[in-house]
Amino acid sequence: MGLVRALRGDTGGQVMLAVLLVVAVVVPMLNLGVPESSPWHVSTYTVTLLGKYLTYALLAVAVDLVWGYLGILSLGHGAFFALGGYAMGMYMMRQIGDRGVYGDPVLPDFMVFLNWKELPWFWQGFDLFWFAALMAILVPGVLAFVFGYLAFRSRVTGVYLSIITQALTFALMLAFFRNEMGFGGNNGLTDFKDLLGFDLQAQSTRAGLFVASALALALGYLACRYIVTSRLGRVAVAIRDAESRTRFIGYRVDRVKVAIFTFSAMLAGVAGALYVPQVGIINPGEFSPLNSIELVIWVAVGGRATLYGAVVGALLVNYGKSSFTGIFPEAWLFALGGLFVLVTLFLPRGIAGLLAWRRAV
Amino acid sequence: MTQDPSPTGLGWAGLIAAFLLLGIQPWGARAEEQGFESAVARLADRSFQVKQEALSGIAASGDPRALAVLIALQDGDLQIRAEDQRVVIVRPSGAGYALKDAVTGEDLGQVERGAIKKIPVNNAMRTAVRVAIAALTLESPDPVARLSAAREMIGTSDPLARQILSARLEKEDMPEVREVLTLALGVANLGAADAEARLAAIAGLGHHLDPRARNALAALLASESDPEVQAAAQRALAGIDSRLAWNARAETLFFGLSLGSVLVLAAIGLAITFGVMGVINMAHGELIMIGAYTTYLIQQAMPGFVDYSLFLAIPAAFIVSGLFGIAIERTVIRFLYGRPLETLLATFGISLILQQLVRTTISAQNVAVQNPSWMSGSLAINPALSLTYNRLYILIFSLLVFVALLTILKRTALGLQVRAVAQNRAMARAMGVRSERVDALTFGLGAGIAGVAGVALSQLTNVGPNMGQAYIIDSFMVVVFGGVGNLWGTLIGGMTLGVANKFMEPWAGAVLAKILVLVFIILFIQKRPRGLFPQRGRAAEG
Repeated sequence: MGLVRALRGDTGGQVMLAVLLVVAVVVPMLNLGVPESSPWHVSTYTVTLLGKYLTYALLAVAVDLVWGYLGILSLGHGAFFALGGYAMGMYMMRQIGDRGVYGDPVLPDFMVFLNWKELPWFWQGFDLFWFAALMAILVPGVLAFVFGYLAFRSRVTGVYLSIITQALTFALMLAFFRNEMGFGGNNGLTDFKDLLGFDLQAQSTRAGLFVASALALALGYLACRYIVTSRLGRVAVAIRDAESRTRFIGYRVDRVKVAIFTFSAMLAGVAGALYVPQVGIINPGEFSPLNSIELVIWVAVGGRATLYGAVVGALLVNYGKSSFTGIFPEAWLFALGGLFVLVTLFLPRGIAGLLAWRRAV
Repeated sequence: MTQDPSPTGLGWAGLIAAFLLLGIQPWGARAEEQGFESAVARLADRSFQVKQEALSGIAASGDPRALAVLIALQDGDLQIRAEDQRVVIVRPSGAGYALKDAVTGEDLGQVERGAIKKIPVNNAMRTAVRVAIAALTLESPDPVARLSAAREMIGTSDPLARQILSARLEKEDMPEVREVLTLALGVANLGAADAEARLAAIAGLGHHLDPRARNALAALLASESDPEVQAAAQRALAGIDSRLAWNARAETLFFGLSLGSVLVLAAIGLAITFGVMGVINMAHGELIMIGAYTTYLIQQAMPGFVDYSLFLAIPAAFIVSGLFGIAIERTVIRFLYGRPLETLLATFGISLILQQLVRTTISAQNVAVQNPSWMSGSLAINPALSLTYNRLYILIFSLLVFVALLTILKRTALGLQVRAVAQNRAMARAMGVRSERVDALTFGLGAGIAGVAGVALSQLTNVGPNMGQAYIIDSFMVVVFGGVGNLWGTLIGGMTLGVANKFMEPWAGAVLAKILVLVFIILFIQKRPRGLFPQRGRAAEG
């Protein structure tokens, strides 16, 4: 029932989900089922790259939920993404076991290197997949809840909120760079071997992760659609457009904001948890404020407050980045910078807005 | 001023001093010209005992050439010619060495490296050479040489050193040299056999902050047996320690204010664009960077005038960054007024473009900006506290910029218009203020101040394409903490954050201190969402 309501009138979303479904079935088939010599073969590299893009798209959906529908420009969503990634990285670190360089059955290599004798308390339990998966969602969720509770209760809004979310991710980046934090410092977590017993280098695992990412994107998208078409979603839009008025009517603005902000952070955590096994590394650079602000432009390019636009924007910008940095590495920053300027000036509603306008004409 | 007629500064007192110091058998009256020559010749001997005596002989000879020989020995340039065991002064020349007789100064031509060998020196000799040079130089007519010689003598507790020092102290009339001589004498007197003398020395050293005075007192305390002297030393040490602690606090405060002044410089331009105009300028850091690069380019254009180019760079950077700012305002920002989040994104894009522009046109690497000579060195308040000139000047400079900006905003017609537009745009327009022009000029002013900040920062940190990013978050923190739209808030906010950061660093470490400051601001904003000094107004938000 909810599903029908969520997708009613959302042509863009229906098309996007249909394409996603086809891609999620066809790409792994072309990768695993077609011999490498065939022109139809899709290389494992491409599969992993696409899987990475899909996790970015999920992250963009999470940002669009708070920016497009709640009017909160978070410049710290990269932090939630990275925290989810670290949770998954910690699980895979524990899975290495005695196959590490130092062969310690419990301690990850970097702890042996730092001469630590036992596992810190916050690493306990990460040898269990379900626990790590739960943490990948809970840790960003709790952080967003506490942060949001404090910020929204005090009515920190607009650019102030953007700036302190940026300070949040910057502070986390500095913290994770410290070796004493116990997350591998500068180098982060890497050299993963396997996930749930599947070899991470294997073609089939890569394809499996790709399908999982596509599935997570589809589910995340549907969940967001469900929220924005619900009563809660309509209150959110009201807050975006006239916050004081909504408050005066009697809605608890801060609660709505905290709820949606926390959900969005959890979604970002899931995206991060799927991202790390595909790229094989997580380091404090993921917390850099630049990453968080870059992902806002994905949403802006696609068109904010459409959700499917966020997916399109994330895929397009990242595809552009991959091709650009391959051909003219110099020009990428010009292109990205130009994109920021041009989209805000001439395409305030993004590509989705462009399509809607075409249809209207 | 004690003038000594001897050009090498070897007076009678020096002669006595040197040989008293080295504690040798007096050579008597015959130790003149001949004594010096034979003493130098005996440096070629293998026995350290003989060499030590020869050294004393050279020091006591009173010969004008003694100092040159001792210095050569200290620098390892006094060597022995293998073929005839002659003591020579060597100087690297081409592939080999040029030789000169140590006694006669006769030129002995050029030789290979193998033809000469070093005079082996042990630690006792090294100390003796150093003290002998110091004792000889102590009589020099040049006060700077005397000062460094006196410094060299601090810590020699030899009983004979006391006589040299007190003899010199009686004649000395340069206050700085007297100060150091008193210190050296005090340290030397700590080793006196007489307990009274030691007590007097302790009393004299009690107000000295020189670490060597403290070390000498601590050493005395460890070895002293007289309970009265022990108690006095204890008291003196405690007094010195508490004064050192205060000096350390003063130094931390200075570092904090220095960091604060950098933050204020970086943030104050932002306080105008963000505070007065409500525009989020993420390219502010890059405007600072452009100011720093302007400094660099001006230095490149006039290589011989490093000392003066900064004075040209300040207005140039103001103009260049200001023009960039006006261009940004005219082409992008003016279409986005009232949409602060969009402005944020657009200016972030501009910051990326500017960074890449510098990378492609100048270099992706950091460039070397030179410091003028008047910026180096430090102002010594006392031996435990000295303030480096570059930080001091930048602190003063940031205050000047602040005052200038305040004057512009409060005392000029432009300032009046800026404030009017900031308070009520529609009303200001109705009164005939050309708000578009005011916007462009305000933005240009904020950008120009960023450029001026860049000139100052180029003297403290690396100048590279990424330098702007390092400041943007800090600058926003300062503005938000201080209260938007309030220049005083920016000043006080920046200084507070700088000082807090530096006071936390000793126990938390630099990175953790920064994290704590960020967390503090995040929490502070919850409590006072409008900063330290909020702008008051009656308009409801939203």
